[in-house]
Amino acid sequence: MDGQYSEKVMEHFKNPRNVGEITDASGIGNVGNPVCGDIMRLYIKVDDKEVITDAKFKTFGCGAAIATSSMVTELVKGKTIDEALKVSNHAVAEALGGLPKIKMHCSVLAEEALRSAIDDYIAKKKAKKV
Amino acid sequence: MRKVYMDNNATTRMREEVLEAMLPFYKDEYGNASSVHSFGRTARTSVDEARAKVARLLGVAREDIIFTSGGTEADNLAIKGVANALKSKGDHMITCAIEHHAVLNSCKYLEKEGFKVTYVGVDKDGVIKLDELKSAITPKTILITVMWANNEVGTIEPVEEIGRLAKEKGICFHTDAVQAAGKIPMDLENMPIDLLSISAHKFYGPKGVGALYIRKGTKIIPQLHGGHHEMKKRAGTENVAGIVGMGYAAELAKIEIPQEVKQLTGLRDYLYKGITSKIPEVTINGHLTKRLPNTLNVRFKYLEGESIVLNLDLEGIAVSTGSACTSGSLEPSHVLTAMGVDPADTQGSIRFSLGKDNTKEDADYVIAALPPIIQRLRDMSPLYEKGR
Repeated sequence: MDGQYSEKVMEHFKNPRNVGEITDASGIGNVGNPVCGDIMRLYIKVDDKEVITDAKFKTFGCGAAIATSSMVTELVKGKTIDEALKVSNHAVAEALGGLPKIKMHCSVLAEEALRSAIDDYIAKKKAKKV
Repeated sequence: MRKVYMDNNATTRMREEVLEAMLPFYKDEYGNASSVHSFGRTARTSVDEARAKVARLLGVAREDIIFTSGGTEADNLAIKGVANALKSKGDHMITCAIEHHAVLNSCKYLEKEGFKVTYVGVDKDGVIKLDELKSAITPKTILITVMWANNEVGTIEPVEEIGRLAKEKGICFHTDAVQAAGKIPMDLENMPIDLLSISAHKFYGPKGVGALYIRKGTKIIPQLHGGHHEMKKRAGTENVAGIVGMGYAAELAKIEIPQEVKQLTGLRDYLYKGITSKIPEVTINGHLTKRLPNTLNVRFKYLEGESIVLNLDLEGIAVSTGSACTSGSLEPSHVLTAMGVDPADTQGSIRFSLGKDNTKEDADYVIAALPPIIQRLRDMSPLYEKGR
């Protein structure tokens, strides 16, 4: 695909799922910077069985950045932390029916946001135990 | 759904009457303008008439107009052609940081060929720093190329002053007037300009045709080699239909510019007032007054431009984030960056470029569609909460 967004991308861009914040989030991931044109903040809520029960996002970025944020939150909801760690940028892009080449970095950013939120969750959990 | 086209700096809708004027040259009048028979003579006469019309738009002699395939070719011919012609005299050129890529990349190419290029900066409004330009001139400077008006923000550059500076020093001066020609009055007769590029599709003419004005006596080496076309300065069979269309579009523009300047300036300012009255934290990019009548470039804080463009597109509104030629790029706009706009803020800039078809109803439609889009995107933006 070259340049144009797929129908699925446009659908998620028009009606992004899970926009917002989780005030008592178990983990928060922050990635990107405004100079590059993309910032993602991903919130996850994890229960005591290590299942992601909720995910929300806030994103500053292009159509693909918004669509990948929306898709990654959809993909991880209901997954365990171990399962969520296996969600790759390719899986996000594939679930969206592909991304234009120059927008693939948005799926990478979505994966990084997810990892960062999970890392934050693990760090918080460790801190609690100590 | 209503369709509102406000991307006229990218391209314009060709006028019906221009298309009508072109059609015979795709059908029965298909002669080659270089042929001696009647078919060829008809084509030749039509090309020459079009040349006269383009010359009148600019206020120059008709024999100083060379038709090209567009603005990019005109810029390439001017810059490379002069550099090649004057390389024994010097190896230095001066341009501006906010030029179109047709100019910037021609200069970059020449740098690889051994020329030295100074890229003069602009102030916060996008106006070239004349002091910086003056001090960049050396005895080795052979060409100064500075655009007449910027395509992204619409700022009009002091080309007359730059031309005078160049003339005093005996330096050749080229201006890329692709965004200015047909939009604002021009009379080059008494202007110290040696070369000037224009493009037909920016003033309701066809795509694929442009022109380079080359003042008599200007040394230039052709960049296309072949037959004796266009006073031996640009080989290739003339695009007769396109040239006829350009000529007619130029003739109509010449007549209508005063009225259109008034109409578009009013509409542009009405649009700006409407947007700023409904949306907070909006800043104008470009000079407030020294600006193309049709161009309004604004930045919406906390946002990225493409998401705004896509949302407006869903409402039938066509605008752009900057230049159509750079929208495939992920880099922040080189124009806004040169103007010193904060890197984060360059991302949320949108260009509304109006045209003769736009009405007050179009502006009202945009003013109504924009606020909920901006609010929805800001609510989604992690940067916005800091501003709340």
